[in-house]
Amino acid sequence: MALPKRRHSKSRRDKRRTHDRLSSPQTTLCPQCNEPKLPHRVCLGCGTYKGKTVLEVKEI
Amino acid sequence: MRHQKAGRKLGRTSSHRKAMFRNMLTSLFEHEKIETTDAKAKELRKIAEKIVTLGKKGDLHSRRQVLRVISDKKIAKNLFDQIAPRYQSRNGGYTRIFKVGRRHGDNAPLSLIELIPEENVQKPKKRASGQQKKIAAASTAPK
Repeated sequence: MALPKRRHSKSRRDKRRTHDRLSSPQTTLCPQCNEPKLPHRVCLGCGTYKGKTVLEVKEI
Repeated sequence: MRHQKAGRKLGRTSSHRKAMFRNMLTSLFEHEKIETTDAKAKELRKIAEKIVTLGKKGDLHSRRQVLRVISDKKIAKNLFDQIAPRYQSRNGGYTRIFKVGRRHGDNAPLSLIELIPEENVQKPKKRASGQQKKIAAASTAPK
């Protein structure tokens, strides 16, 4: 059976992982409240979508 | 192959699915809008549109067909008397789905599905103005 000849150093391991990063989610700015929001979603800051359509009023 | 296999099973047996959608339809026609997962909303849309079409017909046969799905007579009557008439000018597209983020607990994508409210039913007008805009944009663009 094939077996590794040498242990890989931390450096090699970490170098391999340089491409494993996560990307942050794409967001757009809500035209109503200028908060960042996910595209094609209702804005959770002000509860609007496509301008006037107020869907749910969210209170904190 | 998935030929001819449209639709979602949603991890349920067919009887479970049928019962669930009956409940969801009843709630949708009672409250006009309900919040659910994206996948269920998209499946519910298909069934709800057909029920509204039956509602627009409004004859005895279609009433009986609706009552096979919506057992609550009050809600069924409301569908025929209040909801269906407002879509006379529309051929389909009686519902609208908004995506509203994710659920706490299982991170499921949530949607809000609603029957198009009375004041927004006049979509054909909007579309006409949109086309005019396009034409206007096209005519100004070359200059």
